[in-house]
Parts: sequence; structure tokens; C-alpha cells
Amino acid sequence: MKVLTVNFLTCAVKTCKTSPEAFPLHFRDAELAQQDLEFNPEFIKNMLLRLDWNAFRVTTSELGFSTIPAEKPEGDALNDETLLRDLHKVLLETQVMEGKLVCGHCAHEYAIKEGIANFLLPNHLV
Amino acid sequence: MKEYLIRFVQQHETFRRAEIEALAALFEAQIEILEYSDDTPFCLVRIQDDATARAIVGRSILTKAVYELWGRGLTYEELHEDVRRRTSEKWAQYRNCSFRFDVDAYQGKRNQKEQRKLIEGFSYLGFSGRIQMSKFEENWCIFEEWDNVFGIAVSSSPSLSPSVSTPSTPSGANTSSAAAAAASGGAVSNIKNKPRPEQPPTHPNRLFLGRLIGGSDREAIVRYDLKKRKYISTTSMDAELALVTANLALAAPGKLFFDPFVGTGSFSVACSHFGAHALGSDIDGRSIRGKGEGGIVSNFHQYGLVHRFCDSFVSDLTNTPLRPTQLLDGIICDPPYGVREGLKVLGSRDGKGKEVIYLADGTAAHLSSSYIPPKRPYSFERMQADILAFAATMLVTNGRLSMWMPTANEDFELGVPLHPCLELVSTCIQVFNKWSRRLLTYRRIPDSAVNPTALTNYQRDMSTLEAHASANDLNMFRRKYFEGFRPTTPSTGALTPASESDTTT
Ligand SMILES: [Zn+2]
Repeated sequence: MKVLTVNFLTCAVKTCKTSPEAFPLHFRDAELAQQDLEFNPEFIKNMLLRLDWNAFRVTTSELGFSTIPAEKPEGDALNDETLLRDLHKVLLETQVMEGKLVCGHCAHEYAIKEGIANFLLPNHLV
Repeated sequence: MKEYLIRFVQQHETFRRAEIEALAALFEAQIEILEYSDDTPFCLVRIQDDATARAIVGRSILTKAVYELWGRGLTYEELHEDVRRRTSEKWAQYRNCSFRFDVDAYQGKRNQKEQRKLIEGFSYLGFSGRIQMSKFEENWCIFEEWDNVFGIAVSSSPSLSPSVSTPSTPSGANTSSAAAAAASGGAVSNIKNKPRPEQPPTHPNRLFLGRLIGGSDREAIVRYDLKKRKYISTTSMDAELALVTANLALAAPGKLFFDPFVGTGSFSVACSHFGAHALGSDIDGRSIRGKGEGGIVSNFHQYGLVHRFCDSFVSDLTNTPLRPTQLLDGIICDPPYGVREGLKVLGSRDGKGKEVIYLADGTAAHLSSSYIPPKRPYSFERMQADILAFAATMLVTNGRLSMWMPTANEDFELGVPLHPCLELVSTCIQVFNKWSRRLLTYRRIPDSAVNPTALTNYQRDMSTLEAHASANDLNMFRRKYFEGFRPTTPSTGALTPASESDTTT
């Protein structure tokens, strides 16, 4: 599960969808892996537009990244290749291989195994 | 704008024009289709310039190449006259280039001697450069369009009718074997309406001369052939149609594409081939992980595309964890048909009033009969409606949804599901022996273009529908599949294509 993907996910429980506490989901017992991947600045720029920056800061601080800017890069900053490469590293090259994603609203835990998160809900939560 | 000849392959006919128009949209280019028919591989278009023509066709799967149109005619006399009129001013610039001259006789046969004679007919062009079979600078091609041996006239006027691609089957081939061979790739669907002549045709119907501008991306079909892929299943979409689907949905660099029924990742791989990043989910975690083969991601490794693999996660479309906002550039899917395995979703006990339910065909009249409440088994119509609602929420403006769906033959046809936020861009049909399926492609229109009344009515009708939904839990397609279009007992073979088309490509 990549950091980018986590920013696009919230709790699968319908009653949590509207709750601000359900996003972002929180990592617990996360085991990280790093993988070198080809850099595509165009993709990073496009994803930046869709990224929820506050949630991204929450996630990255939970994972131990401390150098994320306080404000979402905009305008000329989007042409700063160093910045885009740093974001590429965090968003796409960093993966959580094992651990849990926890909803801050209903406390449901979603397991991550071998990098694949399972969002199927037990019957009582459907 | 200049005139070009697009040389299509003669198969998957109803997908061809849609693919070219999608690619024109992708490159934000104007394309004017001057003459197109499902019955012929030759299509005349107007495009701004060579570079644009090269870009559009260079990404297409269902074409072979695009040519600058140098002339056309019903006879060689007319063709030569037209070539002189259109191009005499250009001849000097090609005088010394190395070149190659070909003859492409669709449904016809020309031996070496005949070909040489046809090519020599163009000696007035005055090309004195070296003739080379490879590493040539320029390539001209004479195109001949013959009637097939049944004497079926190829329509020479533009045809907008949605005729249907017919994978060749043995039926109707009980003529002489030579005739059957020569007819392969012909417009089988028209045979019954046309008289058959005593003799095979002696001369072609239409002629063109073109200068090669660029080839297509058809080699990708070989590269992504399922037979050579590490991880597949019986339901993996074949490489050709997966690539076409990715083109129809405008997969491209910098974009994020999602498949909610990702399976073994056929569509995701195709989207990544065109530069998009791929995200997928599936209700079955085993398909994502694979059984020792390494799962979906191993396919991305195989093709050197792992940098465009985002993630696959386990989830159900009706309870997706994706944030309900415009995050996706494209959605591609081949939803489970629910024929062989039955549809499975997490049972939603009663989403009354909270979920939008919808019509199969977008009109209120059909609602009560075709509507199905949200419980197990999941109705096919309901699933389509869920996919459309999901797409309306998740797609960015002008983002596309390309969705495969089964539709039956003859006695029954599923309606085309609609949504006020989605514009139907194209409908393509693939016909098998006992059933057919369609590829529906939609565009997410801008919020400002959504008719507010239509949206309000839609939501109201859906709520009404949900409140009054009958207890009919049968999946219509499934029922028809077992009752309607199967004279014999079900066998698993009926869900696979009757045979690969062996048409002249
Ligand atoms: Zn929750």
C-alpha cells in the first residue's frame, strides 16, 4: 500500500464516509519498504492537485517523514524538480508491506499483508 | 486539413471508428470521417497534418497504418487521373528518395507479375531513387478493394449504421473451399441480402494510392499476448481488446486509471502500456495475490511497467474505501457476468434512501419491471447502475468510463444504462455464437453541463424505485442465459469466444 493510495482512501463503512475522523486512515504497526521507481513529474503534479494535503501530513508524520512542507506546493513550486522527486519518493516509492489501517471514527482495522490491504467488511458493518 | 486513408484491420469492426475518434479526442485533434463502412478496411478521413495523423494512428490497435491520400478511383484510369491532379506538384520532392511500392488487394489476389504491372503503371511519377524493401525513406501503396467471391458490393458511401462485428464462424462457409478462403474477412452479416453471382469478380471496385505516414501500435498485441503472460485466469481479457479498451478510455501518461474488478490486471497492464498509472481492486484477494505466480504485480514486472503500478486492494464496489471525490482519470472494467459463478457482493441489508438506485435504460417507464433491490444476489442491472454512480462521483471532468457488459442476441437485449453526469460516447459490439457483449464508453461531463432537473429527477426516481422495488432477485441476464438463448444444456464453452477471427487482417 503506497502513501499515495492511502490518501485516496477512507473507511469503507458507509456511516463513516461523512465523518472527518474517518480520513485519513491511520497506520498501525506499519512495516515500510522502499522501491526505486521511474520518476514521472507529470503524474506527481496531477496527483498533487487531488491530494488532501492535511491528510498527507498526518500520514507521513505517522510514518516518520518529517520534511513535508506545511503548505501544498502550487504555482512555480510545481516546477521544482527536487521537490517533485521528494514527493515521488514518499508517494510512490514508499510502501507499507505489513500492518493495519485504522478508522479514527469506528476503530475498525483493515489488515495489510504483503502490501495488499483488505477492505472487505464483516457482515455487521455492511 | 488534409485527406488521409486509414487502413483498418477487418475485424472488431464496430470498435474501429470509436477507437480512432477516441484517439483524436486524446490528442485534442479534429478528425473528419469522410468515408467509413464496417464492410471495408479502407477509411478516408481529414486530419490537420501528418504529425497528428501519425500520433492518432500510432496509438491505435485496430489499424495497420495511415497514408496520405494521393488519389482514388473506381478504375485505374480514374485513379491515375486523380493522382496527377492531386499530387503532380509533389513528385519532384520525392525524385531521389529511396522507396518501396506495395499492392494491398483486400479480398483480392495479385501475383508478383500483376503487382509489378500495376506498380509500373505509376512510372509517370518519375521516382528514380533506389527501390528498397526495408529502410526505405518513403512507401507508397496501391489499395484495391474487391468484392468477395459472393459478389457483395462494398458500400462506397459512409455508413453510420451500427453494424456488428462478426467473428468468422464456420456457418455459411459451405461453399467451395477456395471461395470460403477468399471470403474470410468479408462482411458475412450482409450475405443473406445480396444475390450471388455465377463468377468471381474480375476487377476491383475501388482503388486508392497512398503515401505511408505512419504505422499503428498493433505489435503491442503480440507483446501482451496472454499466452506469454505470467499471470492470467480464464476471465482475463485478451490483449487486443484490453488495449482497445484502454484507448477508448484515453489512458495516457500522467493519468490514474482504476479497475474495480481488476482480476489478473489485464486492463491495468493495457492502461500502463499507454503510460497511465494503474490502481485496482477486487473482491477476491486471491486474484490480486495469485497462487504462487506472484499476482497482478508480477505482470507489471514482466513488461517493465512496475513504475506505473500503483496498488491493488481487496474491496467490493458497493463498499469501496475510495474517497468519494474526483480522483480518477479513467475507469475500465469487465464486471463479472454472474452467469457461471453468480454475482457476489457483500449483502447490504437495507441501504434505503442512502444509495442511489437506477434504471437499466435511464427511462422511468422501465423502472418497475427491471429494478432489483440491493440484496443478494446482486442484479446485473443494479451492478451497472452502481458502476455508473461510482464513475459519476470519481471521474475528473472529461474522464472516461469504459465498461464491458453482456447483451443477448435476438430475443433480448439489455438496455444501455445512463446517468445524468455521464455522456455515452460510443457503443461497440462483439458477437459470439449464443450471445454478444458490448463495450460502453462514457465521458464525465462538467458539472456545469449536467442538467440539474435531470439529476434531481434521476435521484428522485431512484429513491422511488428503491422504495417500491419488487422482490425479483433474478439477474435478468442470468435467467435469459439459462432459459432463452441456450437450446442445449449449459457448458462452460459458451462463455468463451466461439473462435478467434481468422479474417484477413
Ligand atoms: Zn470507520
